Amino acid sequence: MFVARSIAADHKDLIHDVSYDFHGRRMATCSSDQSVKVWDKSDSGEWHCTASWKTHSGSVWRVTWAHPEFGQVLASCSFDRTAAVWEEIVGESNDKQRGLSHWIKRTTLVDSRTSVTDVKFAPKHMGLVLATCSADGVVRIYEAPDVMNLSQWSLQHEISCKLSCSCISWNPSSSRAHPPMISVGSDDNNVTYSGKVQIYEYNENTRKYAKAETLMTVTDPVHDIAFAPNLGRSFHVLAIATKDVRIFKLVPLRRDSTTSSGPTKFEVQLLAQFDSHNSQVWRVSWNITSTLLASSGDDGCVRLWKANYMDNWKCTGILRGDGSPVNGSSVQGLALNTPGSSGAPTPQNSVAGAASAGRYEAQLILRMADFIER
Amino acid sequence: MEEVDVEPTTTLIPGVGLKQKHLGFEWGPGDILVYETNFRPAGERSGCPSVHVVRKDEDIYSPILRKLFNESHHIFVGLQNITEDVPSKNKKPQFVSISKNYRSVIRACMEELQHVAGVTCCAHLVLFVLRLHSQVSILLATELIWNLCEVLFIDAAPAGCLLLHLLDWVRLHKADVDEKAKEVLQSDSPTNHLAYWDVVISFILQGRVDEARHVLTKQASVQAASRTLYQLMDTLLHKMPVFNPSGTQTLTEFDMKWRHWHEECDRCLQDKSFASNPHLETICKILLGDEDAMLEHKELLGTWYHFLVSRLLFSHPTVKPAELHYYAKSSMDMFLDSRSVPEPLDSILLAAFEFDLHQVIKDCSIALNNWWFVAHLTDLLDHCKLLQSHNLHFGSNLREFLVLEYASGLVSHHSLWQLAVDYFDHCPEFGRVYLELQLERVPLETERKALKVLRICEQRHMTEQVRSICKIMAKRALSNNRLGSALSWSIRAKDAGFATLISERFLQDYCTRGSFSDLDLIDNLGPAMLLSDRLTFLGKYREFHRLYGENKFTEAGKLLLSLMTAKIAPRSFWMTLLTDALPLLEQKEVHIYTHTHTHTLSCVFVCVFQGEDVETAKLELLRLALARNLAMAIVKEGTVEA
Repeated sequence: MFVARSIAADHKDLIHDVSYDFHGRRMATCSSDQSVKVWDKSDSGEWHCTASWKTHSGSVWRVTWAHPEFGQVLASCSFDRTAAVWEEIVGESNDKQRGLSHWIKRTTLVDSRTSVTDVKFAPKHMGLVLATCSADGVVRIYEAPDVMNLSQWSLQHEISCKLSCSCISWNPSSSRAHPPMISVGSDDNNVTYSGKVQIYEYNENTRKYAKAETLMTVTDPVHDIAFAPNLGRSFHVLAIATKDVRIFKLVPLRRDSTTSSGPTKFEVQLLAQFDSHNSQVWRVSWNITSTLLASSGDDGCVRLWKANYMDNWKCTGILRGDGSPVNGSSVQGLALNTPGSSGAPTPQNSVAGAASAGRYEAQLILRMADFIER
Repeated sequence: MEEVDVEPTTTLIPGVGLKQKHLGFEWGPGDILVYETNFRPAGERSGCPSVHVVRKDEDIYSPILRKLFNESHHIFVGLQNITEDVPSKNKKPQFVSISKNYRSVIRACMEELQHVAGVTCCAHLVLFVLRLHSQVSILLATELIWNLCEVLFIDAAPAGCLLLHLLDWVRLHKADVDEKAKEVLQSDSPTNHLAYWDVVISFILQGRVDEARHVLTKQASVQAASRTLYQLMDTLLHKMPVFNPSGTQTLTEFDMKWRHWHEECDRCLQDKSFASNPHLETICKILLGDEDAMLEHKELLGTWYHFLVSRLLFSHPTVKPAELHYYAKSSMDMFLDSRSVPEPLDSILLAAFEFDLHQVIKDCSIALNNWWFVAHLTDLLDHCKLLQSHNLHFGSNLREFLVLEYASGLVSHHSLWQLAVDYFDHCPEFGRVYLELQLERVPLETERKALKVLRICEQRHMTEQVRSICKIMAKRALSNNRLGSALSWSIRAKDAGFATLISERFLQDYCTRGSFSDLDLIDNLGPAMLLSDRLTFLGKYREFHRLYGENKFTEAGKLLLSLMTAKIAPRSFWMTLLTDALPLLEQKEVHIYTHTHTHTLSCVFVCVFQGEDVETAKLELLRLALARNLAMAIVKEGTVEA
């Protein structure tokens, strides 16, 4: 792997979240400087900041995009106890020429009494639905009944988790066999020995969310949680960032018709557990096809995990900072990074210095060099 | 089968980790974004300099390799379409031919890369050239491995032919002999050329006996004194039996003949016939399969597998496939001194000689760092039914796993993504769902691209993806105020709600501007009009205007009336409709509205009048027109024609 490009982010404080839009052509960043920036990718692969504005009166923890079917919509959540929904307004033609766009606030969600720690849109088949979770231990689910009027959101559900919440993840499955499901992670330090991951499921009959499962084996604070894309499977896969990385398989148990009320019962299996970070794991996230899981930990590394065709999980790559200051050069792209040639390898990857990355490649080259006798 | 515990490669992100200790990340299409941050911020913080885009070392962005992907895609699709009714045994020649096609594609790509590397002489493109050379080397290794797999697994030659194929294999990958030979033979005094004996011995080691003899004749013509010696060697070489697979000689007969010849060579050696000429003696030893003699010329052999083949040629030319692994391992051990560690390439080739297909594939996946090779090779081997015969009950899943990996890698490329579609199509278990997920994410920068993606979805009856893409395009068009485009996309998405919304906008536009935009679209709605009531109204209302414009007043009038009675006209529009009726009511020449019609119109009028405030002047006009019309109608209908 190599760094293809570096984008000068220009935030005045720590970046807490970066979010790609659905098609991967736009990006949003949010920061402790209370602002959100939106970046657009040009056809040549360069990123330009097309909007930057103050969104909250406290650190912005997360920013996330709605599905493009609903237009260009962002949601952000903050330490200032609110979450907000933003929509892009197509600007005047001269603005467009200058490559700028405007985002306006459609609504502020003020129901939380404490810092709002996560905000996530539900899968699109549920309509325009948003969930937030807060340090006050409540998960709130909002819906915009009229997708053409984003200023009207109603609080549909309030789920009291009884533990301070740090993260949520919607189950992306749109299968009719799976009712809407949301998982909540808690980083509550005060209550030990209780399961820090809860899974809630929507019940069509009661029209409410009910708790389906608590993962009792996860007792340490949970910092991030992510359902894997479903891929037409009958079971669910959930990754958790806690004192290590854990991947659970949740198999819905068949219900007979007499006990059809109440949430689904699951058989919970631990698929994998990695403690390579040797410390707290802060983020986990799946790629689109759920073939790769990435995790970030206290050791300052991002690790990539992959299952082979035998379903054995292994770490296939590590990213970490080299701890050295950038040597003052311009950071928009490296010199050799033109579309024609593939990105230039960093010194670690070149033939001469193959210590880690590209090691096998280097060895193959050296061997073949004997063989070719140029 | 032990899992090789491979250390994951670490990629360093420059400039990160100094100020903040954590690394944040976000998955993207074909890349991953990383940035310095702190997940437990406390105390002093500072701004974050950069967001870094990290990508895999895959060279799918190289234009030369793109040809490799395109052409191999073509071969892949052709392979999938080979009919199933012919039993595998009879398909072998086809598979061998396909394997050769793949290899020729690799070679073509390699040659082009070499060419570009050769002509690129710009100083600051040194890294680029270096990279090209490394790509060439990798392709060379790839072709070497593929060729061996073709020989051992796909062609699966039995004893006798096996060695011949292995000789071909070695010769193909050690072609420098020819250059050297040419140089030697073209020199003024070939026999005094430094490389003379190297050429002879190289030819012999590769089993190219006739060519060795040819070079040796130069020697004979110079030194008359040793003529007999050279003639003896020439005779020996000439007599060396070579197995002819298409001949009538059986393997046993060949073996016997070969042993006789071997004994003859041995006699020459024991008689010390060649003792006076160390070179010839060496050659004689080599002919006898003397390993030490061969190993003295390690630099001519170059590799342990050349050594292996030469050994087999001169000690056991009737080697059976099952015996190969023993010779391979011992050759490798003998050739590599105890200090050197086997390279990944060596392990892969050894695994091939051991007929451990699974190990070959696994090692290649790790070493080559790109899925192209293992995906295509495994797919071909799967078609040859080789994976199953090796008792891998997950054999078919392995093929699919690798093909899915390869195709997923292509998807993020702006043009290669279309190749990926065919690969997904031929993965029976997960191909469809992977394709659905990936197609949804293809960026829709232009209408043309959206239509391309849509066509692919429609062909596969991916109705949800079709709907979603059309909806995205409709929403985008609406946000940019392109109502016509938004409407046609909504219709294609079969989204009644959206179509209603856009129709409203059209009607509002009409009210403010007095004319319609996008007339072409609205006039040609056809049955799509029925998607939503509002849309139907829009279409019909436009039709009314058209009829009126064509002076077809009676039809226009009737249509207008039906719009009002059919209850598809929005309430807000009734006044407008009545106003439209005004000129029709006033028509002197043609009588449009009957007494009943007028009565209906009057009811509508009353509703409107009772509703929100309307211009009194207009109301008066309408009231008058209605009354007059009613009067005329009564008179006309009541009159008996004379």
